[in-house]
Amino acid sequence: MATLRDETPLTKTIRLELDDWSGHRAGQHVDIRLTAEDGYQAERSYSIASAPEDTQLALTVERLDDGEVSPYLTDELRPGDDLELRGPIGGYFVWEEPYGGPLLLVGGGSGVVPLRAMLRHWAAGPRDVPVRLIYSARSLEEVIYREELTRLAEETGLEFHLTLTRQWPDDWAGHRGRIDRALLDQVAFPPAQRPLVYVCGPTAFVETAAQALVASGHEAGRIRNERFGPTGT
Amino acid sequence: MEPLDGNAIAGSLLEYFGDEMTLVRGTCRHCGAIARIAELRVYGRAPGSVVRCRTCGNVVMVLVTIRDEPRVDSRHLELLDPPGQLTA
Repeated sequence: MATLRDETPLTKTIRLELDDWSGHRAGQHVDIRLTAEDGYQAERSYSIASAPEDTQLALTVERLDDGEVSPYLTDELRPGDDLELRGPIGGYFVWEEPYGGPLLLVGGGSGVVPLRAMLRHWAAGPRDVPVRLIYSARSLEEVIYREELTRLAEETGLEFHLTLTRQWPDDWAGHRGRIDRALLDQVAFPPAQRPLVYVCGPTAFVETAAQALVASGHEAGRIRNERFGPTGT
Repeated sequence: MEPLDGNAIAGSLLEYFGDEMTLVRGTCRHCGAIARIAELRVYGRAPGSVVRCRTCGNVVMVLVTIRDEPRVDSRHLELLDPPGQLTA
């Protein structure tokens, strides 16, 4: 492990120096395995936050209070420590330039992590594909990569829509409340443009967003979902 | 318990089949619905996961890891593509 950076009070980005890495595709994840002194093992999946073009592999990890792996990664890990990692993994929740678009990215909470990898990959390329990000977070302080996403929106053609679901500043001019059909109808590419859609977040978030997209007339076959959660951990 | 999806078992399947599996399509032997492995419903995670058809809800695959060795019972899922398919 090379460096650690606080993103929000609950999330940190871990940058890794890897001896033997064949490269990855935007949207893929890795499995991290921890082994205790008594041999007990725990393994969890973490989305890759960096683009294939980035020099270091980055993971953004959200600390779960009852987690077995994330508290170690966010609280105990120090630069120079070794990690047992398997990957890159996954081929379904992947976006690459030839897939085209328009590209619609819909993220809830730390579900924005693989979408950020796709955005960085998009920004490093010819940017021929129109792209929009709709990101739902509980409060402004829980927005991961806020500065970077805001800057990307200013400097590139990215259209960035942020909605806050629990708390917002008094002068908040952005969206409020959960992502629903009304918000999607307002800010998503219209179904007639046949956007390629990637939805990532907790299971309930993904179910709601994907169903609203289909109800709005988006093609189910062009919507790719990735659910994550503390389920079963 | 809220299910995850087939993306969550991609690592175990990679180890077992020796290649990427999430884009591989399978037919549910209970109801005949076709879905990509990434689209199946996954309850629990390694070392033990139960995978259900997203259409009829019946069990199509069971994964367990025994002494570091992944084992997969996929007799209720007819795989339609070879492992390693990289694009949809």
